[in-house]
Amino acid sequence: MSQNFRIAFRFLTAKKRAMVMSLSCIILGVGLFIVTQAATSGFQEFFIKVILGTNGAILIQDKLQATMRSIEVSGYNSGVEIRQKEGQKYIEGIEYPALLTAGVKSFHNVKGVSAVLRGTVVMRSSFREQSAQAYGIVIEDHLSVSDLASQIVQGSLEDFKVQEGGALIGRVIADKLQLDPGDSFEIENKGEIHHFKVSGIYQTGVGDIDSVRVYIQMDQARALFKKPTGATYLQVSLFDRNRALEDAAEMSTSLAHKADAWQEREKSWLGVFRAFRVATAITVSVFTLIAGLAMFNTLAMIVLEKTKEIAILRSMGYTRQDISRIFLWQAVIVLAIGSAIGCGIGALITYGISQYPLPITGIFTTHKFLVQWSKWHYLEAVVTAVLMVMAASLIPSRRAARLEPGDIIRGTAQ
Amino acid sequence: MANEPKIALRCDKLHRYLGQAEGRVHVLRGVSFEAQAGSVYAIVGPSGCGKSTLLYLLGLLDQPDGGEIWINGRLMSNSEDSVRTAARGEHIGFVFQFHFLMLEFTAMENVMMPMRKLGKLSPIQMEERATQLLDSVGLVDKRHRLGTHLSGGEQQRVAIARALANQPTIILADEPTGNLDVKNAAIVFDLLTSLAKDNGQAVVLVTHNPDIAHRCDFTRPMRDGLFV
Ligand SMILES: Nc1ncnc2c1ncn2[C@@H]1O[C@H](COP(=O)(O)OP(=O)(O)OP(=O)(O)O)[C@@H](O)[C@H]1O
Ligand SMILES: [Mg+2]
Repeated sequence: MSQNFRIAFRFLTAKKRAMVMSLSCIILGVGLFIVTQAATSGFQEFFIKVILGTNGAILIQDKLQATMRSIEVSGYNSGVEIRQKEGQKYIEGIEYPALLTAGVKSFHNVKGVSAVLRGTVVMRSSFREQSAQAYGIVIEDHLSVSDLASQIVQGSLEDFKVQEGGALIGRVIADKLQLDPGDSFEIENKGEIHHFKVSGIYQTGVGDIDSVRVYIQMDQARALFKKPTGATYLQVSLFDRNRALEDAAEMSTSLAHKADAWQEREKSWLGVFRAFRVATAITVSVFTLIAGLAMFNTLAMIVLEKTKEIAILRSMGYTRQDISRIFLWQAVIVLAIGSAIGCGIGALITYGISQYPLPITGIFTTHKFLVQWSKWHYLEAVVTAVLMVMAASLIPSRRAARLEPGDIIRGTAQ
Repeated sequence: MANEPKIALRCDKLHRYLGQAEGRVHVLRGVSFEAQAGSVYAIVGPSGCGKSTLLYLLGLLDQPDGGEIWINGRLMSNSEDSVRTAARGEHIGFVFQFHFLMLEFTAMENVMMPMRKLGKLSPIQMEERATQLLDSVGLVDKRHRLGTHLSGGEQQRVAIARALANQPTIILADEPTGNLDVKNAAIVFDLLTSLAKDNGQAVVLVTHNPDIAHRCDFTRPMRDGLFV
């Protein structure tokens, strides 16, 4: 333990009020930083998790060749695209899903690929009917690109895997049609009726999904839509979700299909979250600035109160550098203790607000305030505190070092 | 001449102004002085004549506006701060008129403070030396008390022990016995003179006490910024 540290420590503990004052600045700064980070990124993080868990990181859809012209029918998102090949014939969807899947899988960042055959149908229970979107999937593939497994709230996935004509239906559909696992229902496509059985009920929390999607086995979908080959789109999951934009762009060019990354698809919502984060970041910055000024003021006061001791130390051979180090050490000690307590309090408050009831439905479903637990928030908070304290302590400690012992003793130090 | 080994401290035609603008006072008006190793000097004179001001200059705590200061044959009056700081730590022991202790620290810690900076002794040796110094000023029993829990005279004696900590060649003491009773004043004075005699240290003290001034090897009366 260095002598300068020893002196700094004693100075600090002897001046309880100044210490408490500067400690609280840091504790508040660090704590607030952590809490706002956790709170603002909580919703965004959850939203992204929901997007990735339902629609995957990248969607690869059919794309028109330069020599083709396409007409989309049955409205947006129908997946039924009619295209005309130089006046020859119309082809819809992805023509060769297996081939395309192999191409997609050659990308290193790709974790899983699932071909989906989709169509608009009418769903009918003994109670009532509604229109729905039937998604034909190969369950093993689809589990690798979605969180479907963890979204099952009733019934079982195993059942869906083995039961001929099994289906996974959304929570909202189940309520509306009053269907429970084991119940039978009908799907009608172009006047033809097929029979299915509820294997499980899933809930993503996204209203638009839970109220319209019904997952059925791929071969059932092929029979239903009379499509022995092809697919509507490929859903792709990635190891590193942040590279989705780059990967999608590369896939578009190399595979000659339209590839959409999740950031592009959910641009508007992500923009809302960003605005939310920027607004809180501004608030926190203002607070950090105020805390920094308070810290500066306290440290400057400590120096003023310690001029006599500075003169004594200088008279005994302590250098200017020793003096500035003694005051920097004080800042460092306060910083270390304040950061530790601030992180603790930040975590505690984060936990507290995560228990705060806040029901949200629509873009996702939650019952409580959402927070994100990330070590990076704590690291960022501490780094911010270090920068703040460095800025706040540099001037006072340099001032302390510049004081002339003779001036202090005569009482004429400024 | 500057290398004359017997002269520990020498100053020549020192000038010092204090205050600013209209309040500017010519406090020291060309003071010359010499202190030989092994001798005790008393600077006497009326209040306000400039004794403390001179001592600060000699202790390298302040810089003269004119004149020269040699410490152990080295010209120091206007040398760099780092050189002056090192000289203060190694060669000079200073006792302030208003006994400055670091009140957050114990008597022992105060005495060890210059030793720790110089770093020539091991921690155990430092403690031994500090204990011995405090014993010599009659405070060994109170060595673990905080500065705040010591009387004015006790604080002053700790400050004297602290000035002696690094065995400086020059001891500058500004009224070291000012707050002390006759018995303790005698103890402190005897300690300082014995150091001069036994270790060959140069002792310069400011005093208002005629008895003490009389017992010094040399007495230098001062008036209005000059020795008379
Ligand atoms: N900052 C200052 N500005 C102007 N004049 C000053 C200042 N400090 C001290 N003086 C003056 O300098 C003169 C010398 O002061 P100094 O402290 O050296 O006196 P002294 O001889 O030590 O007196 P004492 O015996 O009372 O301690 C005094 O007349 C004092 O008024
Ligand atoms: Mg004086």
